[in-house]
Amino acid sequence: MGGGAMTRFEPFAFVRELASRWDAIAIIVVIGLLVFFAEASRGLFEPLSRLQALPLSLAPANLPVYAARTTLRMFVAMALSLLFTFTYATWAAKSERAEKILVPILDILQSVPILGFLSVTVVFFMSLVPGRVLGAEFAAIFVIFTSQAWNMAFSFYQSLRTVPDELREAAASFHLSPWMRFWRLEAPFAMPALLWNMMMSMSGSWFFVVASEAISVGHTNIALPGVGSYIALAIEHRSLRAIGWAIVTMLIVILAYDQLIFRPLVVWGDRFRLDQEQGGLVPSSWALTMLQRSRLVGGVHSLFNALLRWTLREPAAAAPPVPVARSGSGRRAGLLWFVLLVLLVLLAAWRIARTLIVATTLHEALAVAELACLTLLRVVVLIALASLVWVPVGVWVGLRPRAAAIVQPVAQFLAAFPSNLLFPLVVFLIVTWKLNPDLWLSPLMILGTQWYILFNVIAGAAAMPMELRYATRNLGVRGALWWRRVALPGVLPYYVTGAITASGGAWNASVVAEVVRWGSLTIHAHGLGAYIAEATDAADFHRIILGITTMSLFVVAVNRAFWRPLYYYAERKFRLS
Amino acid sequence: MNSLPNVAHAPSSELLRVDGVRKAFPKPDGGELLVLEGVNLALAEGQIVGLLGRSGSGKSTLLRLIAGLDEPSGGQLSFSGRPIAGPASGIAMVFQSFALFPWLTVFENVALGLEAQHMPKAEIRKRSLAAIDLIGLDGFESAYPRELSGGMRQRVGFARALVVQPDILLMDEPFSALDVLTAETLRTDFLDLWTERRLPIKGVILVTHNIEEAVLMCDRILVFGSNPGRILGEIPVSLPQPRKRLDAKFRDLVEHIYVVMTSRPSDAAPGARGERFPRITVGTVLPRVSSNLLSGLIETVAAPPFGGTADLPKIASDLQMEIDELFPVAETLQVMHFAEVGGGDIRLTAEGMAFANATLDERKRIFARHLLNYVPLAEHIRRVLDERASHAARKSRFVDELEDFMTEDDAEQSLRAVVSLARYAEVFAYDDEHEMFSLENPT
Repeated sequence: MGGGAMTRFEPFAFVRELASRWDAIAIIVVIGLLVFFAEASRGLFEPLSRLQALPLSLAPANLPVYAARTTLRMFVAMALSLLFTFTYATWAAKSERAEKILVPILDILQSVPILGFLSVTVVFFMSLVPGRVLGAEFAAIFVIFTSQAWNMAFSFYQSLRTVPDELREAAASFHLSPWMRFWRLEAPFAMPALLWNMMMSMSGSWFFVVASEAISVGHTNIALPGVGSYIALAIEHRSLRAIGWAIVTMLIVILAYDQLIFRPLVVWGDRFRLDQEQGGLVPSSWALTMLQRSRLVGGVHSLFNALLRWTLREPAAAAPPVPVARSGSGRRAGLLWFVLLVLLVLLAAWRIARTLIVATTLHEALAVAELACLTLLRVVVLIALASLVWVPVGVWVGLRPRAAAIVQPVAQFLAAFPSNLLFPLVVFLIVTWKLNPDLWLSPLMILGTQWYILFNVIAGAAAMPMELRYATRNLGVRGALWWRRVALPGVLPYYVTGAITASGGAWNASVVAEVVRWGSLTIHAHGLGAYIAEATDAADFHRIILGITTMSLFVVAVNRAFWRPLYYYAERKFRLS
Repeated sequence: MNSLPNVAHAPSSELLRVDGVRKAFPKPDGGELLVLEGVNLALAEGQIVGLLGRSGSGKSTLLRLIAGLDEPSGGQLSFSGRPIAGPASGIAMVFQSFALFPWLTVFENVALGLEAQHMPKAEIRKRSLAAIDLIGLDGFESAYPRELSGGMRQRVGFARALVVQPDILLMDEPFSALDVLTAETLRTDFLDLWTERRLPIKGVILVTHNIEEAVLMCDRILVFGSNPGRILGEIPVSLPQPRKRLDAKFRDLVEHIYVVMTSRPSDAAPGARGERFPRITVGTVLPRVSSNLLSGLIETVAAPPFGGTADLPKIASDLQMEIDELFPVAETLQVMHFAEVGGGDIRLTAEGMAFANATLDERKRIFARHLLNYVPLAEHIRRVLDERASHAARKSRFVDELEDFMTEDDAEQSLRAVVSLARYAEVFAYDDEHEMFSLENPT
């Protein structure tokens, strides 16, 4: 795929103005929600405690079925994420009032460690559904959903807010109804960025699909049929052979996903791009070409179009007099909204105070903070190491189109591959050679997310204008000077984007990477991830919430203090436009 | 004033009336920013009326009011006798940057307006194909906009507007994003269709900043002035179509429009004391003009054949500059007392001539003196920096001050403009990374 021609995920582009004052409110609301879930779960916990683990088998013949179940979970979650995107983001974009709180909430939700959700929500969901397996499915799907939805919603919101004025005016002057405007203008305009974020979400969420299938909260053991549970069983039985089978299966699944879904969608999305000049590498996909030439797919496509046209034909309500304006004032509604918001925040704050603050001793808080600092140290060192390796490699590759054409898809493939499947291999080595877990478990955190750095840097180097490269060669700029003045500034905006994703991913992975098992043996590293994992095992909801909250606050703080300023700096100073 | 011998369209009933329209935007401090005031306009059947002016004169704002895309702060707009509230059916628009939907084919783009009217599919197809045919897009129906050249894209823009069979066609600088040759072809094609009465429309309003384009196409030209946007004058064009640019009457009209556009408000207001140079204040929005253009224009006017006085239309065609580019440069020279502009001419002052003949260092000294004397914002910033012990000040300080007079964007633009001039004159320095003004130059 043409890395340079891709629509990049822009982490903070719109939060800037909104985030400041509403941040605190959003934090309170989100933590309040978590507390609510935990409280609800605690009440429901007992009657479900004797749930039987589902019978699973290590026979490789079962793997195709498990892989299918795993993939199905992913797609159900994606459908939900799309639904969420179309409603939540549209609401935020259309209503100035809702936007003020919805956008910061989304921003905070992005920073909550996803695997923390699982422990909090699994019991809750299982209690909602009488058929217990279905409840566990819901919980797993909810986790996958939380790993996909936020950045998709962000990208859609951002697109809706940046529809060019002239297109908006054209739509208004040709009397498009709001419904028609959404499908003919806004949704297509948002499509390239949304598709790219969907693909990134899906790649990232394989990790969570695998992690969410086998979970035990206290005495509740859940093993949903899937590749993740298969791996968990293999670990229990110390079967390296079974782990090998699982890895091969997942390689095939990801390869199929990459060729049949990722690429066709990205190539197809290219037609919605607004900058109409053909530029850079034109991405291609054999699967899309095949689909486009197939009659069956053509038929489905025109059926969909006919359906869309039919809904567009529904008599629309009279267009408002000034359709360009967004919904806004209205004094009484404003007051009502404000009162509601205050009540919500007060309720959340009360919940937090009652459950979290009152029950936490200073000693415990300090201990958790210390663990968080340990994990932070790991993340920082790992990102630095990964950058030292992958930035030079990425620049080297990106400047050579032929190498980039080979390496770029491989890097994207590796980013999608759920690295937790590889954990047992590393653990096996640590056990065999009796290595120090505090040191040697750390690399697991970045195993899967380092590739984001690599492929973003490749894209950045590939996007460097040819004339600029000729000029530096002409001036004889070489060696250290070339890296300092040309290469590093050129790729910085791309690098920052990749590093933000990688560091967020590393925080998330710490929950499964700091405590690992091999058979009956459990290996601990010291860190916040281990704290959360152990609290989950013990079904200690107070500690779970404390851990998740601390981690969220750390992630938010690091983002605000470090990544966000760096991102703006890089965008302003080094963006080659 | 309106005795136009237009054979094709005898003026009859009135299509559009604009009465005392005023448009203002609220400012953060609670005041308002006036962009359009006291605008009256009438469009009769069979006419093309041109709105001619520079950017910032409010002509595009007026067009959007007529299109129903925005609401006036005062005054009345009516179309066929009914007040305009929201986009009226019967008014269609052609956009400067085409505003095509890149994900729709040529045919789908054209059909969009009919789809919105819930027309039967067969009817949509028939009309769309007819419009595509009329505008010369036959064979391109299934192409996507990105596959088309700029000229073909704007043809799609025209077809899309015409297919809904509007009474009035609004054109917002429809040819300005095209190269000269393509623009001329498209203009000629449009005028041919119009004079042969093959278009469904009854009247046209054309926004442009190209004087020759206005004279070429319009039956009547309304010249707009800035700050606030208002109509300076109305010029009927009675030349028969097709018009020739080299025709003596054509040239006279162009010259006349330059005179109207360079007339100072003091000339217009009887009794007011005529001033040679307009005074500006700290609160005046400064155009972004590079010092290269300023010295370039001074040199050109000083050199033969002009020798200090030049005809603006001649300069414009010699330098291939549109009025949108030329006027801000000429007016900045006037503000800085390097030249006088009036009667369609530009005349260098003694200092302007001295500048033209000076060495680079002398030029910078002269320029610095004039900048501090005649551009109050530059003088203000310099004084603040002089008074402070640190000789440094944050940019936000001046932005806040300027926002009392203008929008945030204008404040930003004015500061950028004054920074660019001050850097050339070396009267103060600006560090964009830290957004700081200072007296030190980087070593």
